[in-house]
Amino acid sequence: MTAATDLPVEHVVAKQTASSQARQKLSSPWASLFAVVIAVLWTVPTAGLLISSFRPEDDVKSNGWWNIFTDPSFTWDNYDQVLNGTDTDLATYFVNSIVITIPSVIIPICLAVLAAYAFAWIKFPGRDFLFVAVFALQIVPIQVTMIPLLKLYVQPPFNLQPLAGGDAPGGGFYTIWLSHSIFALPLAIYLLHNFMSQIPGELIESARVDGAGHVQIFSRIMLPLMTPAIAAFGIFQFLWVWNDLLVALVFGGGSLDVSPLTVRLAELSGTRGQDWHLLSAGAFVSLVVPLVVFLSLQRYFVRGLLAGSVKG
Amino acid sequence: MSTGEKFVQLLICIAVFFGVVALILLLTSRFRSRNGERLQFVAFVLPAIALIALGLLYPAINTIYQSFRDNTSSGFVGFDNYQTVFTNSEQIKVLRNTALWVALVPIVSTFVGLVYAVLVDRSRFEKFAKGLIFLPMAISLVGASIIWKFVYDYRDAENSQIGLANQVLKSLGFDTYQFLLTEPWNNLFLIVIMIWVQAGFAMTILSASIKAIPEDIVEAAKLDGVGGLRMFRYITVPSIRPSLIVVVTTISITTLKVFDIVRTATGGNFDTSVLAYEFYVQSFRSNNAGLGAALAVLIFVLVMPIVIYNVRQMRKLEAR
Amino acid sequence: MALRNRRRMALVAAAVSAGLVLAGCADDDEGGEAAGGTWPGEDKAECEDLEQLAEFGDLSGREVGVYTSIVAPEDKPQIDSYKLFTTCTGAEVKYEGSKEFEAQLPVRVQAGNPPDIAFVPQPGLLKTLVATGKVVEAPDTVSDNVDEFFGEDWRAYGSVDDTLYAAPLGANVKSFVWYSPTMFSENGWTVPETWDDMIALSDTIAAAGIKPWCAGIESGEATGWPATDWLEDVLLRTAGPDAYDDWVNHEIPFNDPQVVEGLDQVGEILKNDEYVNGGIGDVKSIATTAFQDGGLPILDGKCAMHRQAGFYAANWPEGTVVAEDGDAFAFYLPTVSDEFGRPVLGGGEFTTAFSDAPEVAALQTYLSTDVWANEKAKNTPAGGWVSANTGLDVANLVSPIDQLSGEILQDPEAVFRFDGSDQMPGEVGANSFWKGMTAWITGEDSETVLSQIEDSWPSS
Repeated sequence: MTAATDLPVEHVVAKQTASSQARQKLSSPWASLFAVVIAVLWTVPTAGLLISSFRPEDDVKSNGWWNIFTDPSFTWDNYDQVLNGTDTDLATYFVNSIVITIPSVIIPICLAVLAAYAFAWIKFPGRDFLFVAVFALQIVPIQVTMIPLLKLYVQPPFNLQPLAGGDAPGGGFYTIWLSHSIFALPLAIYLLHNFMSQIPGELIESARVDGAGHVQIFSRIMLPLMTPAIAAFGIFQFLWVWNDLLVALVFGGGSLDVSPLTVRLAELSGTRGQDWHLLSAGAFVSLVVPLVVFLSLQRYFVRGLLAGSVKG
Repeated sequence: MSTGEKFVQLLICIAVFFGVVALILLLTSRFRSRNGERLQFVAFVLPAIALIALGLLYPAINTIYQSFRDNTSSGFVGFDNYQTVFTNSEQIKVLRNTALWVALVPIVSTFVGLVYAVLVDRSRFEKFAKGLIFLPMAISLVGASIIWKFVYDYRDAENSQIGLANQVLKSLGFDTYQFLLTEPWNNLFLIVIMIWVQAGFAMTILSASIKAIPEDIVEAAKLDGVGGLRMFRYITVPSIRPSLIVVVTTISITTLKVFDIVRTATGGNFDTSVLAYEFYVQSFRSNNAGLGAALAVLIFVLVMPIVIYNVRQMRKLEAR
Repeated sequence: MALRNRRRMALVAAAVSAGLVLAGCADDDEGGEAAGGTWPGEDKAECEDLEQLAEFGDLSGREVGVYTSIVAPEDKPQIDSYKLFTTCTGAEVKYEGSKEFEAQLPVRVQAGNPPDIAFVPQPGLLKTLVATGKVVEAPDTVSDNVDEFFGEDWRAYGSVDDTLYAAPLGANVKSFVWYSPTMFSENGWTVPETWDDMIALSDTIAAAGIKPWCAGIESGEATGWPATDWLEDVLLRTAGPDAYDDWVNHEIPFNDPQVVEGLDQVGEILKNDEYVNGGIGDVKSIATTAFQDGGLPILDGKCAMHRQAGFYAANWPEGTVVAEDGDAFAFYLPTVSDEFGRPVLGGGEFTTAFSDAPEVAALQTYLSTDVWANEKAKNTPAGGWVSANTGLDVANLVSPIDQLSGEILQDPEAVFRFDGSDQMPGEVGANSFWKGMTAWITGEDSETVLSQIEDSWPSS
């Protein structure tokens, strides 16, 4: 058990060993080979997609993408059609996707961090039972919830303001935000609780001895320590919301005003066909944002998940 | 709605939300007593629990109730729906396939993710290398299935190939192969798609966890002459055990729920259907709400062992 | 709904997302009774033939939501064809297309959030929707129009228990065999007039070293539907329309000997290694070939014939000339004998309303007129749309294949039958029938498959 609370020292150590580690890695060619093989296997299908997105329709439909190396032909047509294909501006969908995604990531994470902290560190009768129940509810498929939840939105009990349907106020985003938040909560609580409970109890105890309450411990100690875990979960929640079609369709009422990019991508495949050449271009348009998010949040992991201290 | 209005709505939403959270924190920061602590617990947990009860628990109970009713939910049928699930020969194949998915996907994707995370850790190309494995995660499951459908595309050996897999077979001199059609192997080829997607998840979480292994442990082991595979086995894996459990659990549950891959790639034909897809078909295409609900309940029941295992691990951790 | 309460919306949205719900500010219900005032189409020349709409009064400021499965870019002609409606009544149409339409509509209806109007493509689904009690009966004006412009059969497809709920909208003809006119004329082949001619032609082509037929029934979760069309089309020719109706309504068992016979006849083509699967592979490859790609080998000369509906026209790559003397065209799937006339298998959509507001009734009425049918035809420059509306002037249709479809639909000799799987209960028509036909292609024999489907027919 090591409770290293001294951050700067930890950093120096990390730097020293990094180089020796790297040397050791290079000394094992088999390990490197294995890594390269995985990387290639994982990348080739996506590379095929990328190449296909630049090939003319006829070529895509008649021969494989690797033929581009022997018989090169490039075109921007597919991207042109994806970006300017309809009356509705692609930018609108982009804005919608962003407006949908940001609260749908922030709200569940905040609520989940609060709940996870309580489940991990505040004593309460029946706490474990509650936690197990929340954890188990992860399994409820979204499809099961669609009709009951939409019914609640349309005809809420006790004469509350309906959130969807003819009597609802305009907009439509809030039902999507709310639904995404609900669906994300069980997994978020479970993951964050696991990271939190790994934080050494001594840390909390000593803070309590110093007279700090739960709110102080939560905001001063826990939140900074949890940054990497939050960043990790944030990336995945971002991805799930960004790539979601079902929730937006069911709870957003399908109005183009609030439709995310995925709705447009689904349309790209045409009314009756799978237009592979357009799909491939569309997939790359929507892939850009999650990738940027991943790459930019990645640096939060590097500092070490729990600032150098785990129960082990 | 104009773009401006949308962003205003977004900002108001976030502002109000943070206001409420700040209010909870402020109001409860005073409590120190035993009762105060309970109040704090309630205040911290209530928003999340309320939403979950409304959006997940209530529909779940509704589903359990429906699973004992007939196809239009109008009459009580006892255990008939469950009987169908366990006796119909097609449904039994569905159960077999589901077992195959749940056994393979979590283990293989966690293994690949873990090994890869260790191998690229602190290498010069770490960020780039991790980005490559992460890429499939950024594509939706439907998109991933379409990509792989093209990889598996079948043409006669004499025709020019569109699918990469068959092109490889062809250039090696083999006959082309019906990847999605030949039972039971086609199930494995569908499972590959899920592994391809989930390995990125495993890699990301495990990599973060590996970086959290205290340097002194690693250093001490090195001084003792531990390296390579033994380091992996005796230091790395035990240190990140909690994260490994989290990853395997999460992927198992996701796998039980996933239906898009089967839906897009084979439509459940050629004996490839899984529980989650069968549930979807019965509920939304066949209009057989009762049977659909029974299948959903079955998925729920299947998760129980995973839940129990996790609870045990939690207890162990707390006991220390 | 989006227009009504914009200002309050932002506040509510914010409050709700924080977990609070504002109480007690439900909107007053509007609509129901007919709007007053003179209709805006009064003195406009283009509204002359739409006198019917006058009785709905001035609908300016009202909005009708339309929910369909027709998405961009095919939705543009639809939207354009509503302009006349707005000019004449003042009401706006809010168009909403989704590829997930068929799964979403029942969800929205059950949850109490239905659209004003939905274009339902299956009589079977219409029946399910009517059973929920949320579908509104067609107004008298619509009923009159359907009597005037559509045949008895089409009225029946839009009715449940003899009550008309939904007027027919678009239609399509499925009894087509696609071929390449250029390829045929180069080889001296002629379009077959009878089934036997077609088999003889297939043998000739096979002898020339080309597999005469190609097919693909892969369609994601709907895999198998093109094969169900095959069976239905042949059954109409071997057993006749009356037996077909009995079969669809389950008055004879699904695995009746006539059906087994019909399926075996399909098998003579689809499961014949000499005949299929041109340019793609063996018989089994039919099951994994996307239906959109099923006919494409025709263009490479690797296949000669492909049975698929008229809407397959959209699947030919850009630049393909679809005409009687072009790269691709279709002929009527020949009959086996003269006994049953000229049966035609087809499909179509139905205008289903979930609200009785005057603007909704007005749009329903407009869509059932000959004026709209012609307006839609003129607004579809790329082709790909027909209707069974007898008031439709075939000359207004742009593409040759649409004209052919239009002629067939209006041919008094033709015996039209709606796609059977679209009329069967969901358990069969959207599940076991598709699956069974796929299993049949991959090796199961006719009798086993049909008995399995029979077993899946719901008992109630």
